[in-house]
Amino acid sequence: MAHRSRLTIAWLAALLAVLVDPIGMRSAPAQVFNPESFTLSNGMQVVLIANHRAPIVTHMVWYKVGAADEPPMKSGIAHFLEHLMFRGTKNIPPGDFSKVVARLGGRDNAFTSYDYTAYFQVVARDRLEDVMRLEADRMANLMLTDAVVDPERDVIREERRQVVENRPLARLREQVQASLYLNHPYGRPVIGWDHEIEHLTRADALAWYGTWYTPSNAILIVAGDITAEELRPLAEKYYGRLKGGQVPPRLRPQEPPPQAARRVELKDTRVRQPTLTRLWLAPSYTAGEREHAYALQVLSELLGGAATSRLYRTLVIDKQLATSAGTWYEPDMLDLSSFGLSANLRPGADMRALEAAIDAEIERLLKEGIEAEEVERAKKRMQAAAAYARDELSTGARVIGTALATGQTIADVEAWPQRIAAVTPAQVIAAARYVLRPERSVTGLLLPEPSS
Amino acid sequence: MSFRILTIRLVAVVTLVIATVASASAVEIEQVKSPGGIEAWLIRDRMVPLVSMHFAFRGGAATDPAGKTGRAEMTAQLLTEGAGDLDSQKFAAMLEDRAISLGFDAGLDSIQGSVKTLNEHRDTAFDLLRLALTRPRFDAEAVERVRAQTLAAIARDAENPETLARRTWWATAFPDHPYGRPVRGTVETVTRLQPDDFRDFVRNRLARDNLIIGVVGDITPDELGPLLDRAFGDLPARSAPVDVPEVEFKGDGRTTVVNRTVPQSVMVFGEDGIKRNHPDWFAASIVNYILGGGGFNSRLMTEVREKRGLTYGVYTSLVALDHTGLVLGSSSTANARVAQALDLIRAEWRRMKEQGPTADELADAKSYLTGSFKLQLSSSMSIASMLVAIQYDNLGIDYIDRRDALINAVTIDDVRRVAGQLLDPARMLTVIVGDPAGLAPDESGAGGPAMPPARPAQGG
Repeated sequence: MAHRSRLTIAWLAALLAVLVDPIGMRSAPAQVFNPESFTLSNGMQVVLIANHRAPIVTHMVWYKVGAADEPPMKSGIAHFLEHLMFRGTKNIPPGDFSKVVARLGGRDNAFTSYDYTAYFQVVARDRLEDVMRLEADRMANLMLTDAVVDPERDVIREERRQVVENRPLARLREQVQASLYLNHPYGRPVIGWDHEIEHLTRADALAWYGTWYTPSNAILIVAGDITAEELRPLAEKYYGRLKGGQVPPRLRPQEPPPQAARRVELKDTRVRQPTLTRLWLAPSYTAGEREHAYALQVLSELLGGAATSRLYRTLVIDKQLATSAGTWYEPDMLDLSSFGLSANLRPGADMRALEAAIDAEIERLLKEGIEAEEVERAKKRMQAAAAYARDELSTGARVIGTALATGQTIADVEAWPQRIAAVTPAQVIAAARYVLRPERSVTGLLLPEPSS
Repeated sequence: MSFRILTIRLVAVVTLVIATVASASAVEIEQVKSPGGIEAWLIRDRMVPLVSMHFAFRGGAATDPAGKTGRAEMTAQLLTEGAGDLDSQKFAAMLEDRAISLGFDAGLDSIQGSVKTLNEHRDTAFDLLRLALTRPRFDAEAVERVRAQTLAAIARDAENPETLARRTWWATAFPDHPYGRPVRGTVETVTRLQPDDFRDFVRNRLARDNLIIGVVGDITPDELGPLLDRAFGDLPARSAPVDVPEVEFKGDGRTTVVNRTVPQSVMVFGEDGIKRNHPDWFAASIVNYILGGGGFNSRLMTEVREKRGLTYGVYTSLVALDHTGLVLGSSSTANARVAQALDLIRAEWRRMKEQGPTADELADAKSYLTGSFKLQLSSSMSIASMLVAIQYDNLGIDYIDRRDALINAVTIDDVRRVAGQLLDPARMLTVIVGDPAGLAPDESGAGGPAMPPARPAQGG
């Protein structure tokens, strides 16, 4: 993940698939992460995921606010504030936050998405109290001057140049995302549009902070070598005494029913690797036709999740039109999500032939349906992979943080293996027929432009 | 399919495992020797019923002959594209249906591999590994597909200013040494590679005498021993010698520009450094941490990013290869501000050379470098990789116990002396990819002394 950066759906689809999918221990009714949870008197939720492999902890604070909550003309303010959270409080001078963490032998960073903003440190277990003190301090005491805000705005514009404007594929993906959402702010890039970032001010940042950064809108997640008996008094001591205001409801413009397939083409003289990417507007766990959310995950796995799935077999191995082909779906979105597909054109192959083959493959799926065995294999793969979830220190913290920030519960996370196991072939095909319709889609092509 | 039979035969092998416990501190490393004589370092961890194994064969892409660059990397990709009686799709299905991850990767100096499996599938996982190592098929379909994928990756690299800048730097620094050639190869070489080239690589490089193994997971030494034989026992005893010469980069302060119409220029800069076995390694690590290795807390980050907002990131690192060492850095900034950013970077480089770190900076660096080491113990595979790295560099099984003392022994005089010897802006080579403004005429590099702008891919 980029430093003090953002997570967007399209950009880090692969990573998010990893974060979203591998939950669980086989299909037995075993729990997944076995977290413990309690709530402080000011409304701040606390989650503990014990992991005693090494004497280290991941300490995260998630705020239930992200880029999709930004007011018009202020795109990028959620991410801008995330950067500015490192730029000083009443007690910590600008630039010292990360220095203090490093002096403790720790690492720290943060990330912003459409629905949440999160801050984290990884430290030795005996340094947990120190980072809790620091994190609680900046939840309440942020202090900003133009002297730090102005250069930080330039940093973000450089970040945008580096991760979007210098990369043709990232520019295409930004255009595809913008074209998918006709009305919802998911159409704006998380990092913001440059012409709006340019005018974001210290006052904008402080207004954002004052509105959303409050204990009742925050979740503390600690994963690692600690028990609830040890964590609870520390959480009370540092976060429990912060005053909690109420946050406004998260009211966002919603999507109208989609009417027409859209196409976006980006041509650039630098492009040497043509790519096709397509998004379909899709339900999430909490929005739209929610009953499809689990079946869509199975669909994504069997259609484009692995080297033996349909798209790779057909496009890459049999027809030799692509060098890679895959799909992804992210159910953890507060509002309507998307189902994505991407394929890189094989050198010497024709883009029209590739697109026709993709269309034919989807047509075949919708017409002929799916073998029960194919569904079982996909489900088995997902559940077996899920057993690895506890192996990495921060996976559980990220999965649960994302879930809680997007309207899911811990019980939902823990029930994931059972819910995937319960998906039937009929449900998969019903979900495919509902989502994979032309009028729900945007097709994006990245093409070379001959230099004149 | 041959798996079932092989499984039964190998299970019957009598195990004779020698295990010695080497470290009793935070992590306990056991040295395991298999019945067949294969050695591995093991850390037992019962948290999840799985096994993660990382391993390395010394000798990597730098052993590719000049006309066959990309050979090591393409071989590494092809090892898991069909082996034994299993074609590519069958091999993939065996892995996917059991959620086994098995893969290889080529570096300049070694081929690295890893296996992660649930305990219930570990026999199959280690069988598949043996097939990949000893009976790769190199079927025509798989070879042509991986060739196309490699050519596509080369094309994508050429679009990316960051990759292009890095490769141009390496090609310019090492024009006559394998380190200057791209690991992935060029369009010309990759187009010509044939199955016999891959077979040559397998025969010469995958052997028991250049193999290093680290294992972490819910497995005992008695259980691991036979599995090691099962995976690696059929490999030849000896690898071919690695005939890569030592090399020293002699920079002269030159700046090379590769013109591209992009809004932001990418800069890669660096000079000669030291190798991992150098007695000043930790002093140099501390100097690097303070200059540009320490993320948000480095001098370069403070001056170039935090104070002036000139970049999203500026970093330096010590690059320690088997046959050379480098101090290498990178950053990026809007075209109009390249000259300003480079001036600042060079000024900090010089200030560090002339004055060295302060006592406070030294203390902070020590507390980070000692305190953060254990943070890499965050997953079974990251621990297994650490076990391989320690063996690769011959640091000793007690290295984890000794490391803090080695760092804390570094004095302010040490870091000042090392900063003075290590750093010199006059030796720095700078490569810029973009459309930079305001560079002095001798820096605009029209035509570029090193390479034509459209050359597809360069460097390590």
